[in-house]
Amino acid sequence: MKAEQHQIALLQGLARNDRKAIETIYKENFNLIQALVVNNNGSTEDAKDIFQEAMIVLYQKVQSGSFELNCQLKTFVYSVCRRLWLKRLMQQSKYSLHENTEDFVLVDEEMEEHEKRDNEFTVMEKAMGSLGEPCKSLLEAFYLQKKNMQEIAGTFGYTNAENAKTQKYKCLMRLKKLFFTQYKNVTP
Amino acid sequence: MDDLTILDAVERYIAGDMLPDERVYFESLRKSNPEIDQAVVEHTFFLQQMARYENTRQFKAVLDETHIHLAERGEIESPRLKGRAKVVYLFNRYKRTAAIAASIAGILMLSISAVVWSFSPKSHSPNEVVNLRRDISNITQQVDKIGQKTNRLEQQVNDVAAQSSGIAPVYTSGGTGFLIDTKGYIVTNSHVVENARYIAVQKSNGQDLKAKLVFTDEKRDLAILKIIDTAFKSPASIPYAIKRSSANVAEPIFSLGYPRNDIVYGEGYLAAKTGYNGDTLSCQISITANPGNSGSPILNRNGEVIGILKGKQSLVEDAVFAVRSNYIYDALAQLQKSDTAYQNIKLPTNSSLKGADRTQQVKKISDYVYMVKVN
Repeated sequence: MKAEQHQIALLQGLARNDRKAIETIYKENFNLIQALVVNNNGSTEDAKDIFQEAMIVLYQKVQSGSFELNCQLKTFVYSVCRRLWLKRLMQQSKYSLHENTEDFVLVDEEMEEHEKRDNEFTVMEKAMGSLGEPCKSLLEAFYLQKKNMQEIAGTFGYTNAENAKTQKYKCLMRLKKLFFTQYKNVTP
Repeated sequence: MDDLTILDAVERYIAGDMLPDERVYFESLRKSNPEIDQAVVEHTFFLQQMARYENTRQFKAVLDETHIHLAERGEIESPRLKGRAKVVYLFNRYKRTAAIAASIAGILMLSISAVVWSFSPKSHSPNEVVNLRRDISNITQQVDKIGQKTNRLEQQVNDVAAQSSGIAPVYTSGGTGFLIDTKGYIVTNSHVVENARYIAVQKSNGQDLKAKLVFTDEKRDLAILKIIDTAFKSPASIPYAIKRSSANVAEPIFSLGYPRNDIVYGEGYLAAKTGYNGDTLSCQISITANPGNSGSPILNRNGEVIGILKGKQSLVEDAVFAVRSNYIYDALAQLQKSDTAYQNIKLPTNSSLKGADRTQQVKKISDYVYMVKVN
């Protein structure tokens, strides 16, 4: 019972972006995943990548609010990492897995969702990357750092807020175009 | 209506910034005009995408930081395979690459040595390269002319020295060095510590620690010091790695050193794989370097040390030379061969700084870079 409460507290912490909770989950699970990856043709660098990807899966699940964990957190993380690593191995056509533990659950749904999210993230990253300056900083300042137009006009050297706004819309339209052309290519 | 006005309206509609009348009007417009409706749906989706993107990006940064943090405190296993397992693993992983590389290397080596032999210049004028050892007394003299400030500076040097030992030696020159083993081994240039009676190293927080010279190789301009001060607390691990293979030309690099009493950061790129006059022991980099920068670590963006800054060409702007990092391995091997007491020194081969942003990297590294002071 106690372990269960601990687990729930951790997940709630993760959903709140609590650093302590993130650190605890990291600490409690990383070594197991590192062992899995390193024993299966991976490097420690791969292990870090895979583990962090699994953390993102978990993070997005708890943030959606609909997440109910019906197994141990460790098992869940392990299962996700296992799938991710299998996929990576398959891409390198080195498919084989030697495991010490058989303790895992099926995570097909999560994988599907994650793949979609991951694609979306890459597309947005690419779009942002090819947008160029000052558009990128301008949009980030407005949409991500939530600064108001007056401040933005000041920092970016526009004569007034109205001017900055027009510039922002032009940038936004370019970003949307970049994003949607890519997006339609990756999602059938 | 042009696109900008529509976009503005859509955005204000989604954000709920419209006046009631305007809202009613817009909603009726949305019903009657499928294009407007489409624009609202699309933009809502897009804003959601942007928010998700930022959220994930921030979370990734937190994860990277956590990783560095935990690795530093030793709370997750530091990645190191041991003994046979490692050999088998590396062999399996790299056998093909190694075979190809070896054959290419063989051919290349023969042709390169032929070219080098036929083209290499026969004479050297060694004075064209200046070592970047800092003359602490020189600096004090210069300041002397300005007046008051001298006393302060000299006092500082004296004070710092007085704290560290009873004899209070005044350190007259210095450079930079960095930790290569958690037990307190520091690597620097041999010209920094030549003719030294007393050596001390100063941490980024100003603390002075006594050190002794355990190895020096003048040809490669490398020296290894050991901190012998009881006040030295050995860290759990070293965040950067020492790179064995050579770096690529044009690779961006950065360095941390002590051209003055505070640690100074510099940025540049690897300019050539060889040093002054085709010297194969070193490489040329382009970076701002001043007296006192001798012995500074040169790192690549993954936080791997690729060289040790040693000097610059006197008449050429920005031609700085660095000893290649693989000679640290050679120097250590020589040291271990000559004295079995140093068997347990182990150079860090894994960087935990990969992927972190530069300010994070520098923050971590600066705790491991020391000012070397010599009398």
